[in-house]
Amino acid sequence: MGTFQIDFGDSAAPVVVGIDLGTTNSLVAYLDAGAPRVIPGADGDPLVPSVVSIPAQADHIVGNPACAALLTSPADTIYSVKRLMGKGAADVQDEVKLFPFRIAAGSESVIRLEAGGRQFTAPEVSAFILRQLKLNAEAHLGRAVTQAVITVPAYFNDAQRQATKDAGRIAGLEVLRLVNEPTAAALAYGIDKRKQGTVAVYDLGGGTFDISILKLQDGIFEVLATGGDTHLGGDDFDNLLLRVALEDIASEWGTDLSSSGEAVQRLRRAVIDAKHVLSTLPVTHIRFAWEGREYARELTRENFERLITPIVDGTLQPCRQCMADAKVTPEKIDEVVLVGGSTRIPLVRAAVKRLFRARPHTELDPDKVVALGAAVQAGILSGAVEDQLLLDVTPLSLGIETMGGLISKIIHRNSTIPASATETFTTAVDGQTNVLIHVLQGEREMVRDCRSLARFDLKGIDPMPAGLPKIEVRFLIDANGILNVTAWETRTGKEQTVEIKPSYGLTDDQVERMIVESIDKAEADFQERQVREARVEADHIMAALEKARRNDAYYELSETDRSAIQKAHNELLLVYHGDDHHLIMEKIEQLNQATHTLAENMMNTAVNTALKGTKI
Amino acid sequence: MNRDYFSFFGIEPQLALDPISLQQRFYELSRQWHPDRFARRPASEQMEALDNTALLNDAFRTLKDPVERAEYVLSRYGRGLEDGAGKQVPPDLLEEVFEMNMALDELKEGDASARPQLESARANFTALLSEIDADLERQFLRWDSVKNAETLSAVRTLLNKRKYIVNLVNTATLALGN
Repeated sequence: MGTFQIDFGDSAAPVVVGIDLGTTNSLVAYLDAGAPRVIPGADGDPLVPSVVSIPAQADHIVGNPACAALLTSPADTIYSVKRLMGKGAADVQDEVKLFPFRIAAGSESVIRLEAGGRQFTAPEVSAFILRQLKLNAEAHLGRAVTQAVITVPAYFNDAQRQATKDAGRIAGLEVLRLVNEPTAAALAYGIDKRKQGTVAVYDLGGGTFDISILKLQDGIFEVLATGGDTHLGGDDFDNLLLRVALEDIASEWGTDLSSSGEAVQRLRRAVIDAKHVLSTLPVTHIRFAWEGREYARELTRENFERLITPIVDGTLQPCRQCMADAKVTPEKIDEVVLVGGSTRIPLVRAAVKRLFRARPHTELDPDKVVALGAAVQAGILSGAVEDQLLLDVTPLSLGIETMGGLISKIIHRNSTIPASATETFTTAVDGQTNVLIHVLQGEREMVRDCRSLARFDLKGIDPMPAGLPKIEVRFLIDANGILNVTAWETRTGKEQTVEIKPSYGLTDDQVERMIVESIDKAEADFQERQVREARVEADHIMAALEKARRNDAYYELSETDRSAIQKAHNELLLVYHGDDHHLIMEKIEQLNQATHTLAENMMNTAVNTALKGTKI
Repeated sequence: MNRDYFSFFGIEPQLALDPISLQQRFYELSRQWHPDRFARRPASEQMEALDNTALLNDAFRTLKDPVERAEYVLSRYGRGLEDGAGKQVPPDLLEEVFEMNMALDELKEGDASARPQLESARANFTALLSEIDADLERQFLRWDSVKNAETLSAVRTLLNKRKYIVNLVNTATLALGN
């Protein structure tokens, strides 16, 4: 024995997928024998629109089908949810006006969206998208997928990163790493090239803008600096065009359509189509039909460019700042990589080329390059890729509140992560048993100008005279860019209890509850799917039987065989509408057995007929 | 927690470091300790990797910058050499600082004729910065060979002066708006 040695080692190891959870589209990719590949969905399209529709009386739908629902039931259909991750209601006041879905009351620290008569947080909605990608990957790879690398905009703050991680957990995915999108893109470009040099990645997606400058050397991708705006992207171009078109229609038709969700969504679709056309043609029309009336407006690339110039220019200052932070000048940048659908716009390309004085790279599809890079990072974590290593940075400075609303910075932006800082705290009043530390992110000097991250409550300090307790607190930003805090009393060395009150986002308990709910739900979903699949199989075999009954072979069967078939058929029909898929499968198998002779006879008849045919 | 940055890099405490070999060593240690290399290891090893990488990154950030490196050496080996925080005017600069402050005040009051004076003051101080950096470089090399307190004290004085002048240049740039 032992003639062949087949290595099944790899197929047993769990696969780690890379996921680009985008504002507009999401993708899942994996490393196939060292090469990253995107995974198509059931419809063959790897791009899953980040749209979730939640009807009142039915299951949610995700992706392309949900895009259709955006036009028919806009109030129950959520898009661009990424823009709401880690945010409170006050942060999104302006754009909410253009969203067809509603934000529930009490969304100060966590936004709750209303759809289908229920409420969902942004991580829950994102989890629907992630679960769809997980299903797509499982169907394609033929095995369970439980671990993932998920990409986030480099400029995402702690709350936005935490929200993304929460979404992964709710979707049943262990998030092994959050990777910054521009860095992922650099990985995708660098994988098969032994590149050295300095690379700028300009990433303008649907909702966010990132710029990163990296140094590539011997397989190490060291991020020198990063910058951006998590609230700037293609959506803003759409919204500009949408406002113009709505005003135009209002003056032309005398009707304000902005309060009709369906009309706004159809018009939004129309302006997006026009925007896309203008990336290749100099002129197009925004075409829109509503209640028997038609609107067509010529839109030239020139006009479009004039409209979006302020936004495109808005991306250049972060680029200059990033070069200054990285201590490089445009001449030092060897290559520029473009990422994100909005970099297809000629004006954007021209602006990038002018700024960096280098022709931008576009060999890889800007919609897919981030997912491909995430798959490479997944390979690094699983050990499949050994010679590459990513050293990323934190995009924002971390500070603690001091007297008078001032901030003392403890970890500066563009510090390579993991990064840490240790501070000593004490009490101000005799007998004080707890100390509250307010942690913020941002570059400004005042608390009111920075983003509150969380309040850490050091509890259970032994009552002592003021100033005597010495508590060391270690602030550690991990490789995901997420803050971890530990504290201990220096005299006793005893670990201190730290209670975390996040300023935005979910507490750990809330996430746990959502995970439990989603597992229950996922199991119910899974059950239902299996029943549906069993019924489809039953339909197939019964249709085949129906056809066979018209075949001569059926009449050549013995009476016993025929009645056995009839019995098995009846039994299958009895369980067909039940919800036990095991029973359905069992009866299908029974019918299969009963029709065994029939199938053989039919095969013989077919062969004989065919043989006869050749004689003639 | 309190591991010495130099010993973590496997080098002797020194002020005049070769940035290229430091970077090389940083990459080697990153390959050894980065959490990405421990994703499939037990939790305790992951924690160790995280701690070591955080220390490595903090150490590299400190050691690669000459000023931060010198502050670090002073904090460990220069007992009693307090960080002056650049608050005290270096005595030899009193006159020039006084003149620059006059120009600043005049500019603030809308007297544009003070601009050229402020610009030349800024140019002088920028030139002085390069001189200090060259001085620092010499003191760095001396300390590396003799490791005496006297040299560290000279480094301290130069760093205080440097910090003060950096603040002056920044103030001038802010007022001039370019």
